[in-house]
Amino acid sequence: MAVDGIDLEVPAGSVFGFLGPNGSGKTTTIRMLLGLIAPTAGEVELLGEPMPKAQLAVLPRVGALVEGPAFYPFWSGRANLVRFDAADRTSDPRTRKQRAAEALERVGLSAAAGKKVRAYSLGMRQRLAIAVALMRRRDLLVLDEPTNGLDPQGTREVRALIRQLAEDGTTVFTSTHLLAEVEQVCTHAAVMSRGRLVRQSTVPELRSELRPRLVVRTPDLDQAEATLARLGVTELRRQDGTVDGDPGERPIEEYAASLVGERVRIHGFGLERPSLEEAFVALTGEGFDVAE
Amino acid sequence: MSRSEPAALDLPTEQPVEQPVVEEVRTRRYPLQLFRSELHLTFGRARIWMGLGVLAVVPIVIGVAIRLSGNSGGAEGFLGQVAGNGVFLVVAGLGLSMPFFLPTAVTVVSGESLAGEASLGTLRTVLTAPAGRSRLLAAKMVALAVFCVAATMTVWLSGLVAGVVLFPVGDVTTLSGTTVSLAEGLLRALGIAGLISASMLGLAAIGLFISSLTSTPLAAMAATFGGYVVLGILNSIPQIDVIHPWLLMNNWFSFADLMRDPPFWDNIGKNLALQGAYVVVFYAAAWARLTSRDISG
Repeated sequence: MAVDGIDLEVPAGSVFGFLGPNGSGKTTTIRMLLGLIAPTAGEVELLGEPMPKAQLAVLPRVGALVEGPAFYPFWSGRANLVRFDAADRTSDPRTRKQRAAEALERVGLSAAAGKKVRAYSLGMRQRLAIAVALMRRRDLLVLDEPTNGLDPQGTREVRALIRQLAEDGTTVFTSTHLLAEVEQVCTHAAVMSRGRLVRQSTVPELRSELRPRLVVRTPDLDQAEATLARLGVTELRRQDGTVDGDPGERPIEEYAASLVGERVRIHGFGLERPSLEEAFVALTGEGFDVAE
Repeated sequence: MSRSEPAALDLPTEQPVEQPVVEEVRTRRYPLQLFRSELHLTFGRARIWMGLGVLAVVPIVIGVAIRLSGNSGGAEGFLGQVAGNGVFLVVAGLGLSMPFFLPTAVTVVSGESLAGEASLGTLRTVLTAPAGRSRLLAAKMVALAVFCVAATMTVWLSGLVAGVVLFPVGDVTTLSGTTVSLAEGLLRALGIAGLISASMLGLAAIGLFISSLTSTPLAAMAATFGGYVVLGILNSIPQIDVIHPWLLMNNWFSFADLMRDPPFWDNIGKNLALQGAYVVVFYAAAWARLTSRDISG
């Protein structure tokens, strides 16, 4: 079974990060939401409507980029947009050309609009896929790994675009395995692991769940570790010339005084808030390896 | 763990997202634009025009060969009459294209129709547009039917042009020995093109069905053509003639009955009914397959 018992609450106007390692069931969930595959049991609802039953009514309100960009390589970017827009019987043919031009403009592809998609780079295809979703005003955008294959510049542009769309009132649901992406653009996040939803909340909440850690940078690792252990610091770890651990409730200046008293040379000392990555590992019990 | 729970993505309704004029437009329907788009997809590719070009060459080659040899070499039927009357090049070209060239073209295009989109990945984008699976299948079938007509008419037109250029043209002698006017002869030849187009529909529906089974267009084409060859072989084995009336091509050559005076309709009717049956069965199978298929490619 790929996914089991997912109930996502995506507030209107939010940028919702759908996070999980490769193989955790993100794309499967998205395919189900969009009516591309059927669940073996249970129901799927999208925007309050049953899927896939209500798909002809619901999907025009949803812009989707599923599982990487797919196009007719023998057609231009513009012709591809026209094709996908014409597949929706509720889209207006009279404004199609103009909407295509605007969508291409928004993703920065105006100059390549007449070029065959065969000649597009992966990054350009990714943008064109986003342009497909932007052909109409949508209530919800579902973007599956939208920055996949983009160079740093393209990644920044897409993230800025997502923020801008959210400001305009479109709810954005974006799956990713990049934590930095969630930290930068998302207001809310859900974490998938092995086909199950392990957590969903706002991004700040997700981060605040982990206690800050005391980090000491020193050449005297053995001595520092022994001292901190004696003072009651737990979960001590050593890496790259630092020792870190959970300082508990004691004020950290006391640790500094003790370390200096023990003649431990200190190059750096302070509290560090854990990154989302650590929160992620704590939640899923795994890194970015493919879940089994 | 034997069941998977609902996946729900709920937006609270008390927070309506601001919706400008677009909402109004959404109530309008343009149900035919997908059909137009499918036609564009079918004919908007260079390979289709190359294929039609090859079909157009068939009657030209026949015509030139007959012209160069100075006679029809004692050939029977329509071919034998080409040297005397160019109009027969239309009918002979259609007849000679029927067993191989037209089915090949139909096999390629129908095998490509769904499997091609599945292999490109565009199927999921089209379906989330949303096209609707039943509507998409209908549009594919209509586009295939239009292609059948286009392919047949290509041969018809090319045969007519080559016939007029290479041979004398005049009143048409029917298979019954009577003579009809040139205009009526051409009209009957047009009727033959219509019958041959219809004869390709059964094969197109088979191709569409096979195309719905796979994400590999080449496999769909090969399987469709293989099926066609097998049916053809079965149709040529006299020991099993009890099943012949049910085979796709059994009455294909009934189109010649349109050149009798008066036309003989029995076998033409049988052929049309059989093609209709093939279309119904395989279209229904393709529908059952597509509407239940997991699109995960």
